[in-house]
Order: sequence, then C-alpha cells, then structure tokens
Amino acid sequence: MSDTLTIDGKEIPYRPGQTIMDAAMAAGVYIPHLCHNPEFKPHGSCKLCMVNVNGRNVASCTMPAASGMTVLNDTPELNGARRSLLQMLFAEGNHLCPVCERSGNCHLQALAYYLGMTNPHYVQFYPSREVDASHPDVLLDRNRCIMCELCVRASSEVDGKDVFGLSGRGIQTRLVVNAPTGLLGDSALAVSDKAVQVCPTGALLIKRQGYRVPVGRRMFDHKPISVVQTEGGHD
Amino acid sequence: MTDGKKVRIATCSLAGCFGCHMSLLDIDERVFDLMQLVEFDRTPLTDIKHCGPCDVGIVEGGVCNAENVHVLKEFRKNCKVLVATGACAITGGLPALRNNIDLWDCFQEVYQYEGGLEGGQVPNDPELPLPFDQVRPIAEVVKVDYFLPGCPPPADAIWKFLSDLIAGREPRLDYEMLHFD
Amino acid sequence: MEPCEFPHIEQQLTPVFKRQGQGADRLLQILLEAQDIFHYIPAGALDCVAAQLGVPRTRVEGVAGFYSFLSLESVGEYRVLFSDNITDHMLGKPELMQYFCNKLWVEPGRVSEDDLVSVDSTSCTGMCDQGPAALVNGWPLTSLDHNRLDLVIELIRARKPVADWPPMLFEVGDNIHRAGVLLGEPFEAGAGIKAALVRGAEATLKEVELSNLRGRGGAGFPTSRKWGACRSSPGTAHYVVCNADEGEPGTFKDRVLLTSHADQVFEGMTVAARVVGAAKGLLYLRGEYRYLLQRLQETLARRRAAGLLGRSILGGAGFDFEIEIHLGAGAYICGEESALIESLEGKRGRPRNRPPFPVAHGYLDQPTVVDNVETFACAARIAEKGGAWFAGIGTPESSGSKILSVSGDCARPGIYEYPFGVTVREVLADCGAEEPFAVQVSGPSGTTLSWREFDRRICFEDLPTAGAFMVFRRGRDMFDAASNFARFFAHESCGFCTPCRVGTQLQRKIMDKIAGGHGTASDLEELKGLGRLMKDMSHCGLGHTAPNPVLDTLEKFPDMYERRLKALAFEPAFDLDGALATARRITGRDDEWAHV
Repeated sequence: MSDTLTIDGKEIPYRPGQTIMDAAMAAGVYIPHLCHNPEFKPHGSCKLCMVNVNGRNVASCTMPAASGMTVLNDTPELNGARRSLLQMLFAEGNHLCPVCERSGNCHLQALAYYLGMTNPHYVQFYPSREVDASHPDVLLDRNRCIMCELCVRASSEVDGKDVFGLSGRGIQTRLVVNAPTGLLGDSALAVSDKAVQVCPTGALLIKRQGYRVPVGRRMFDHKPISVVQTEGGHD
Repeated sequence: MTDGKKVRIATCSLAGCFGCHMSLLDIDERVFDLMQLVEFDRTPLTDIKHCGPCDVGIVEGGVCNAENVHVLKEFRKNCKVLVATGACAITGGLPALRNNIDLWDCFQEVYQYEGGLEGGQVPNDPELPLPFDQVRPIAEVVKVDYFLPGCPPPADAIWKFLSDLIAGREPRLDYEMLHFD
Repeated sequence: MEPCEFPHIEQQLTPVFKRQGQGADRLLQILLEAQDIFHYIPAGALDCVAAQLGVPRTRVEGVAGFYSFLSLESVGEYRVLFSDNITDHMLGKPELMQYFCNKLWVEPGRVSEDDLVSVDSTSCTGMCDQGPAALVNGWPLTSLDHNRLDLVIELIRARKPVADWPPMLFEVGDNIHRAGVLLGEPFEAGAGIKAALVRGAEATLKEVELSNLRGRGGAGFPTSRKWGACRSSPGTAHYVVCNADEGEPGTFKDRVLLTSHADQVFEGMTVAARVVGAAKGLLYLRGEYRYLLQRLQETLARRRAAGLLGRSILGGAGFDFEIEIHLGAGAYICGEESALIESLEGKRGRPRNRPPFPVAHGYLDQPTVVDNVETFACAARIAEKGGAWFAGIGTPESSGSKILSVSGDCARPGIYEYPFGVTVREVLADCGAEEPFAVQVSGPSGTTLSWREFDRRICFEDLPTAGAFMVFRRGRDMFDAASNFARFFAHESCGFCTPCRVGTQLQRKIMDKIAGGHGTASDLEELKGLGRLMKDMSHCGLGHTAPNPVLDTLEKFPDMYERRLKALAFEPAFDLDGALATARRITGRDDEWAHV
C-alpha cells in the first residue's frame, strides 16, 4: 500500500513519522503557519496551520500523516478562520509595523499580506508589556511577542541554554528570561544563538542592524510568504 | 458610482501626520485624471471647514481627543462610504505608543518638565481638544466601510483603491500594494 | 547542585526539599509549600528551587506564574478568595465581598497597606451547595453571611493563625439527599480487590467491558477500552491516575466521594492497577480540596496497614501498588487529562498535542490510565459485584448511576444519585426547585436548558454530564449567568493556543460591553462568529466549550440579550465620555467641549 494522502485533491506522498505539515512542505504545498519551524519540535499553538482532515479540524504541524487522509487546506473557510486568528494576534499585542525593524521580514505581517488582512477587526488590547534593552547585542520587545516559543525551543534544543520560557497564564502569558534579575543582559544569551535567529516577529532583534536592508527590498515585500517558504525552503 | 456625476470626496487627518495626504498627492500627474472624476468637499486642500454630503470620506489618523470624535462623526454622518486610511486610522498607529503611558505623566512631560518651561502648568482652555486616555482606531468609534493600510498607503494603492471605488468595483489591492509599513 | 545566593530563603526551604524530594516532578508541590511560608514566591526562591532541582529558572517561574494559588507578588498574611461561581453570586457574593473589603479597608485584588490581608475572587471552590464560599489561605469557608465575615475580620485583625480559627467556620457538609448504588450501599474495603484477584486481570477487564462503564468526567469514553489500551501498551512502567481536579463550576460530587467514600475510590484505582499492571497510582487533588489531604493520607495509611496497598496486596504475589497524592494549585485546565499529567510532572498545565494519547504515552511518557473519581468508585463496585449487575442499571448506552451536584435556586441543594436516564424534571422536583426556568447541566462547558426542555434525560444518549446541575428560577437573568461563565473561561484559558487565549478575552469583553448597555445587534453576530472560531480552531476542550453558555443562551433566551441592546446600528467599542475623565480631572475642565 502506498503512503499517500491528498491535500486539496492533490496526491502527496509521505514517510512514516512525518506530519501532514512535513509531507506538505516536502511536496511544495504551502500550509500557513507561524509557530512551526521544521528545525524544531512541532508546537501546535498558533493554529494557523489548521487543516480539515476527513471532516475534522486538526493542526497539520502535529498531526501524523496517515494513508488515505483527505486534507482540505486552501479553502475560503479555513483561510477566513486563519485571517481571524491573525487579527486576534494583532489585536492582543502592540504590533506597530511602521516602527518595527522586522517589517517586511516579519512572518506575522507576511501572513497578514498573504491572507489579505487589511485591519485588526477586533478591539485592540493595547497591553502593557516590557521592553528589555539590557543585552549589549539583542533587544527583547515583548510588545511583539506572539508566544510561539520558537526562541524557547531553540535556546533549549539547539543552544542548550534555556534562556527563555513562558510564565503567566491565559492572556497574561509572557516571555521570561533565565536570569536572577529576569533581564536579558544578565542571561547566557549570545548574539550568535539560534534563539535570536528564529523569532518570526520583531520581538527579538539584533542591535545595530537597523535598516541595512531598506524597507521595500525585504523578504516579503514583493513575494508572498507562500512562495518564499516553498521555493527557497524555510527561511 | 454616481452615474456620470462627479464623485464628491472629503478627507481629514485626525491623530495622524498628514503623511497619507502626502501620499495621495504622490499620485503625481494622475491627479489630473482624478480631478476629471471627483470633486473635493472638506479637505486640508480646499480649506472647507465642515463636511457636507459626500460619496467618499477618507480619514487619516486615529482618535486621540474629543475634537477627533466630532470630526469623525461628521464624516460618518455625511459620507456614504468611509475609508480608514493608513496605519493610525486602522490600529491607532504611532500615536498609540502613548497608550501605556499615564496621561498625567504625558501632561507633565509636555507642560511642566520640557526644557524652557518655567512655571509651566497644564492648560485648561476649552479651545484645546481634550485627550482620551488612549488613542483608538476609528473603527472603534464609528462604522468603517473600507480599510486602506500602509504608513502611508503607497500612492499606487490609493490610486488603485479610488479608481476601483469610483468605477463601482469592489476595491482590490495587489499583493505589493498591501503594506503595513 | 549550585549553591543558592539567598541563604535566608534557602534555610526556610530546606525542610521542604527534604520532605518533597528533589525530582523535577516535585516542583509544583514545593512551590505550594513555598507559597505558604513566604505568602508568595520571592524571586530568590525561584533561584533556590531551580538550583535545588537542577531545572532552569524559567521553568520554575513558568510554573509559579501559571497557577492561581501561587503568586510572584506578596498576597499578605491572609489571602481571602471568594468563590465566584454564579451560584455564589445568586447567594449574595458580590455584596458580601464588598462588605468584607470595606471593613478591612482593602480593595479587591490588592493587598492591604500593612501587608496583612488581600481579597480577591477565585473560580468556583466546589461548595455551591453551601455557598457563598471562600478560601482563606487555602481553607474553605462556607455558608458565609455578615456574621461569619465579622468573625473572620476579627480573627484576621487579631492575627490568629488560621489553624486556630473556630472549626465551625470550616464545616463542610456532604448534603447527600439521594443515594444509589455508589453512595447508598455499604462498601467493604477490599471487596473489589479480592474479587479482582480471584478473577484475574484479564477477566476483570472483561467485567468492566460487560458493565459498559463510561467515563464520569463527562466525555463518556468506554472505560474498558481505555484500560485495555493501556494494558497492551508497552512501557517501562504503567500508571493509574485519578482525576480529582473537580474544577467545573457547579460540580462538587467528587468532594463528597473523597470525603465519605474515599475507600471506594482508592479501591477502584487499585483494581485498575491490577488490570493495567501499574505499580504506582497518583491522585490529583484540586488545590481547593487541600483540606481533604490529611484525611485522604490517613485513609491511604489505613489501607496500607490492611494490606490493600503496598507490596503483594491481599497476598497477590507481585501485586504491588502505591498511591501518591498530588495537589493542584488553582487551574481549571488541569482537569483536562493531558494538562493534568503535565501538572503531575511539575509543569505548567498545558494540554498536550494528541496523538499520542495518555494510554500509550502519559505520565513520564509511559502508558497511563486517567479516570474521574466517580469512574473509579464505579469500577470498585463492578469488580465486587460484576459487570452484568452494573449494566442492568441505567439506560442501554449509559449504564450505572450518575451523581449530580445540585445547586442554585432549590430548597435542598446537594448530592443526588440517580440511575442514568432520569429526567431533568424529576431532579428539579426532588431538590425542591420552585418555578425553575433554566438549568445549566454539566457546568459552563455543558448545556444551558430552558424550561421547555425539562423532559430531557441525564444520560450519554441525551445530556451527558460531569455532574453539575445549577438551577435558575423564573426571574433570573440568564445573560448574567452567561457573562459569569464567559469571565470564568477568560480567567482559566491556559493561553497556549491563539483562538482560546484571545477568543475567551474577546468574548468576555463583548459580554461586558452588552452588560454596560453599549451592545448592538452586530455584537451578537460577533459573539456567534467568535464561538464558531473557538470551536473550530482551539487546541482542547476548554476552547471548544468556552462559547457554549453564550451560544446556548443566545439561542434559547435571545430576549435577555436584545433588551440590553442600544437601538443604534453602531456603538463605539468603549465609553467615549468616560475615556475623557482622566483629562478632565487633570485639566480641571468640565466645559461643553470636555465631553462627547
């Protein structure tokens, strides 16, 4: 029996152990995602990658691929729900794209472009969140954090430092730093750490790199994230 | 959208920087084409002080004070279609950076601590618009029909958006015209 | 282990480390004790605990910040938390809490200036049959009124240790009004285990299958299938976990089972251990029921002495089983089985991704059975009396009995055990409900019934329930109930997934907007859209069910929403004039232009 499933009617092979997302990526089929990065253990928290499998919604980044799965992905219903999730993320944080150095390279923003989101729809939360500029080389701006835990996973799995973690609960969930003071400058973080490279938004930025690539010439300025991530591999 | 009659447009800038208006002017020579199709009611360009019945209202900037609300409500009342234009109108934008700063601290900083202000005090002149606790998107105050994002929206996006609207098409922006920065 | 830089804190924590051990899975239990010692978790304690357990500080801070009964800021010597369930509200909680705060000169949510006392609300404490209720430093206060609060205030002002307070303040009654096979028939400790030993593991599983027993936590998964799957899953060890995190507002039947029928529950766990081949069992006791801990430990000790726990139980060679009790710390989400397992491992209570399922990869990644308290009580009876006996009770798809926790507008709130299939109407008559108008079955995550539906039946075929049964009489405002439940979910969302973390907040905000008289028809549409989104996109049951009370009441009691709406098609999202108040105060203005 062949190990294949279909995504939006297209037959796609998979290897045992792969998730739906893995199989889709290998086949060049784009499933929107934010908290997923194939280099790390799947997380399943952003829910942007939700697909419909045989009538049930599942997160494609954590669901093992199985033979005969009929997966719906690029549908108006799912993309509409994904747009709503993005609007939730924009509304709950303080995402001021015009003053963010990540603008144009930001996955959150790129997905908003890809899904044609023109406004946050929901009432803005304007939460009060801390900015930590104590580190000589890295800026942590929690206003832009979407709790994807990519930095948490990278620091733990790759850097072996456990610099980041989440504390709080619910809407009070916040990124915390492994230092007696709670400050990045007192942590073991180095600018070369993987954790610094993986932030999908501008919550973690390397200092003194600002605007080396001008706005208008950035990763997602002319190519949608669906194209960038399927043709060039994962950035 | 008006059966051969010119489309009447009003524009204003609330808590904004007029950057969106500058971008409108950036359509360059296409402004001649535009003038064939539209006429302007209240705008910073016409110096008309109050908005009359219009087809389209273009609002730049968020809502940061009581005067903004009066202007915005006047626009909503008079404009068939209201367009939130630019990051500030849509999300609060840069002025919303003050949203987590206590208003009293803001006043002190501006009127009492600023260099050269000896014996400064908080003014209480009724002519001065009273600020809200927070700067809010206009969609949280009135119903908004369309959103044209960007800081500012590129001239091409404004042109495309208005062309669509005037032609009676549902406005659609190409990928490269949809920007938040 | 690295040396701790806070010798004073370390000194106080040393006996805790000795008592609790130093496994990372002890983290939550250690932090609970630290909270008792310092009245919060000081930053230095985070470092000490991290060093002692050899885990990152972020992990300790993550746990300390997750659970409601732990706090990273001081909460005073006396922390009084008023139960915030709708039934407490109907019994006068808001006014009583205000009275209490006024007398103690403290604002809700704040600590008094002398650091003596803090007052706040907490999710349902499981005392709905004897509310309004509260917790003082974790101990339950019941049947509160002004007199009792006056006494509490006096005791706090006198700085009397809670342990020395008059016991009558802490009396918790069982209030069993109708007993069936679980609560009414005598149970001899060991009877179930004896029968299971005679029968053997395989045959005992067969009996459970024959009984058609289904999970009593509400979902109704067939117990034999769960046990069978765990039994056949390979692992270095198998575990039996009892879910006593009875957090669903309006539910308190596990409280009574653990108070007066604990033997039956432990017996069921032991039978399960025999079936799945487990040597260790864990009972996860919700923090609100901490007052039961000592008594439960005593029951365990008694059972150990009687040969019903420990090595070679009742002479069964190689049948070794021990039960350990873990405390929760104020997190509804830990009632979800995989979040509960995370919490048992000393982590944040975040539901896991599934698959894999706990029966194959559960506690410490090993095959684990997680069942409700009542399910284990049933299992003990089934082991003793056989599956056919049990299957003969109830309805075809819902065998056995169901214990209901009845509260709200009725003369006799308390515990009612019925064979499955009982109608809502019968229950209402038995509990003395006058002019019942609505019933919330199975708590906020369950179903809101209107008076038109009282002939529906409590069973998996019709109305599945974890046991809550909250009665609302004519004249009650079901919008208020839905608002209360929306607040509950917004407070209890774990924050892991986007739709639930943000969606529960948005739902609460819209309900507040409508309550404040600023709602419009479009807000109702927004609620429906949000509900669909949370149901379709959330990670776990919390997000899937959080819209239930809002959607149910919108459908069944639309007038209670509509009469609050403004006639206008659009209303601002916030109170415009109110948002100018600060500036008016600062400028001293009150002219025409200072208002909108």
